[in-house]
Amino acid sequence: MTTTPAPLVTAAGQATRATEHLGVTRLTNQALSSWLHGLPGVDQVGCDARAATLGTRSIKTTAKAWAIDLAISMIDLTTLEGADTPGKVRGLCTKALSPLPSDPTTPRPAAVCVYGDMVATAREVLGDSGIKVAAVATAFPSGRASMAVKLADTRDAVEAGADEIDMVIDRGAFLSGDYLTVFEQVAAVKEVCGTARLKVIMETGELVTYDNVRRASWLSMLAGADFIKTSTGKVSPAATLPVTLIMLEAVRDWREQTGQMVGVKPAGGIRTSKEAIKFLVAVNEVAGHGGAWLSPEYFRFGASSLLNDLLLQRQRMSTGAYSGADYIPDDSPSLY
Amino acid sequence: MSVSADRVDVRKTYKLYVGGKFPRSESGRSYEVYAAPRGARSAAAGTRGAFLGNVAKGSRKDARDAVVAARKAQPGWGGATAYNRGQVLYRVAEVMEGRRAQFVNEVQAAEGLTAARAEAVVSAAIDRWVWYAGWSDKYTQVDGSLNPVAGPYFNISAAEPTGVVAVLAPQRSSLLGLVSVVAPVVVSGNTAVVLASQDRPIPSVSLAESLATSDVPGGVVNIITGHTAEVAPWLASHRDVNALDLTGAADVEGMAWGDLERAAAENLKRVLRPAGGGSGAQEPDFLPTPDLTRLRAFTETKTVWHPKGT
Repeated sequence: MTTTPAPLVTAAGQATRATEHLGVTRLTNQALSSWLHGLPGVDQVGCDARAATLGTRSIKTTAKAWAIDLAISMIDLTTLEGADTPGKVRGLCTKALSPLPSDPTTPRPAAVCVYGDMVATAREVLGDSGIKVAAVATAFPSGRASMAVKLADTRDAVEAGADEIDMVIDRGAFLSGDYLTVFEQVAAVKEVCGTARLKVIMETGELVTYDNVRRASWLSMLAGADFIKTSTGKVSPAATLPVTLIMLEAVRDWREQTGQMVGVKPAGGIRTSKEAIKFLVAVNEVAGHGGAWLSPEYFRFGASSLLNDLLLQRQRMSTGAYSGADYIPDDSPSLY
Repeated sequence: MSVSADRVDVRKTYKLYVGGKFPRSESGRSYEVYAAPRGARSAAAGTRGAFLGNVAKGSRKDARDAVVAARKAQPGWGGATAYNRGQVLYRVAEVMEGRRAQFVNEVQAAEGLTAARAEAVVSAAIDRWVWYAGWSDKYTQVDGSLNPVAGPYFNISAAEPTGVVAVLAPQRSSLLGLVSVVAPVVVSGNTAVVLASQDRPIPSVSLAESLATSDVPGGVVNIITGHTAEVAPWLASHRDVNALDLTGAADVEGMAWGDLERAAAENLKRVLRPAGGGSGAQEPDFLPTPDLTRLRAFTETKTVWHPKGT
């Protein structure tokens, strides 16, 4: 799995590619609508049932140890609070660099995910450690801002050194059937991203139906997403297993059609190792392709408290005794 | 034929009590519980009494879940005012009094007592809650002190709760013994994970139901029924448990005391041992009014310096 910088794509180029993919002469809202609505519908009951079945797989001993380490390496360690300070971001980055100082064999998370104004701080601490800096942009979490502001927000984060940009789609436009606007916005942000990888947040908790999740996934990929991400973490329900299942099917089918690998990032609400392992089972079973998606390159967890639980489980497996919060580093600096 | 003869038995499912809820064991296991023969002195008596029910057989994961629930509940319970904790404990006594007949029947069956004796035991158990409830806002005055120092400072020592306490409940005294070990743990603001008596667990389930309906916040007391020797080592080694009450390790076959204490030492747990210790350990007689030994065993002394005003 190599990290090749994505070729610089202009919004116009992206639109041209989309017309070719759709087999139309001009990219119109109607063309997008008929394409998206031509996707097969999601069997909601079947999808929930499949997710529930995958969740019953028993992953134990060495497989569990492997899964825990893989899950740690897939985490986008996130802090997206209004009360974030440079000190808190530095604390989080330090934790990313050394998740468990008592056990140096512990893998590092994939990235640290912060608001745009904290990118420079994160970049400074993480340096060339290989841990990526991800920034949320485009008027996260609501996405309610003019296009100029969204692009400026993105540009700002990229210039401050962000390796990855997490953008939100305009759910209002999407739900009212204005797919072209969503497409154009994603394509425009992608152009501004340059070599930074673009994660498109669909906020599945607001999309109402599984059919919409499937459509939003395809639309995002058509517009140039490098990752499709479930949620901002600010809306409940956030990342659920069935929704992630649908997205995994979408990236799998996209690869069959275009040969491109698009990543998936469930974010929000995944707090325990047990849940994380269920997602990994789903990745392997649904996306398939010899576990091509079982890598931090193509699958991430957006989480803050998940890391602590994974570390507790890791200690439990290495010491044989249940561990406690006193034995893992505390990333939230004291208020005193 | 009477109506009652036609009725289908409504058998009860005896479940665990974790985090204020009544889950079945994560393992799906249960075990059979029998009444003690009349007049039986020990749980291990040879003859087996009537079948009482299938009780959830808790596993290490149930114990782990209980510790998580206890840890989560501890700051709120420890931070409640002493007055409030006292009221809640008194409320437990009130609720138990309302279910007295049920407790008497269960204790009688579980311990093989006469009806009169069972009545006395249940009364003592209820009174024990009242006794400890009264101590909630008083023990710090008894245990704490204003220490004399050579300087313009107040130097104050006061007791604080230890945190999460794992309790092996007595094997023989299924209700009075249980209350006598749980009340002193929670009165000071600790939360408890209790392994109920292995062969006499049914009164502990009814106690859990009383706790759940008497203002005790979920997670403050968690009761696991099951095999003591199987689950106890996991609690003893658990790093998020701050203290261990080994009272119920007396009379348990296959209990490796040394291992429990060694595991507890890993994170410097406070350990309370029953008299005798090891194979000679004896379950205390819980009928007499206790002293503050058990309460004190699960507190930490915090000493603060405070400048004197001039």
